Amino acid sequence: MGKAKQALNLALVAIIAATFIYSVNFTMPEFGTFPTREINGKVENSVGQLYLENATWQTGAANVVTTIVWGYRGYDTLGESTVLFTAVIGVITVLRAMRRDE
Amino acid sequence: MMAGMTVIVKTISRIMFPFIFLFGVYIVFHGHLTPGGGFPGGVIIAASVAMLILAYGLERIQKSTSFLHAEVLDTLGSVAIVAIGILGLIFGAYFLETVFPLGVFGQLFSGGNFLWLYIGVGIKVAAGILLILFAMLMWDRGEHK
Repeated sequence: MGKAKQALNLALVAIIAATFIYSVNFTMPEFGTFPTREINGKVENSVGQLYLENATWQTGAANVVTTIVWGYRGYDTLGESTVLFTAVIGVITVLRAMRRDE
Repeated sequence: MMAGMTVIVKTISRIMFPFIFLFGVYIVFHGHLTPGGGFPGGVIIAASVAMLILAYGLERIQKSTSFLHAEVLDTLGSVAIVAIGILGLIFGAYFLETVFPLGVFGQLFSGGNFLWLYIGVGIKVAAGILLILFAMLMWDRGEHK
């Protein structure tokens, strides 16, 4: 790799890093606030604020992440574990079939 | 093929195994209280057994645990998750509804379904990851039928 190409790569990395740092520092909302959305002039808070306020008394669990994963998004997690189950079955099936071919 | 490592590695991994296993169980059981849950806890449990396989070799481990054990546990975990979901359908209004008591906030037996769901997920993930490991270790030797 030539010296010019190397310098170009470094400059590209620096520009991308500067963009990320600028966007995180100056354009993101403050820590602890949730982005609001605006549709047809109506301003509405995001669903995250609702989860934070209601999670503990609705489910009794201290971990809000768990509340979302198994409480509000239970079907998603059920599908997630189904994906893992299917992956395990797939690996075993493929390896057995490879064995039989020899 | 895999004969195992030196006596130093064997001793250290034998001493460390119960602690790592217990840490995985802790992560699974406290999924509704602290960061963690069934998926990472199950992977930690599987990693503790993988460490024993690395240290002792596959032959020694196969005497105590086998392909069939892992298969049965993997299926049992999946069935447990769906069974808890159907419990919500029977005793409540919808699938996966909380039917167990909510309990005192912050204690181990609180949070309704979550503890039991995470125990099911933990068993399922640990057995599933181990099953993939066993299958990859054994496929070129034809020991699984």
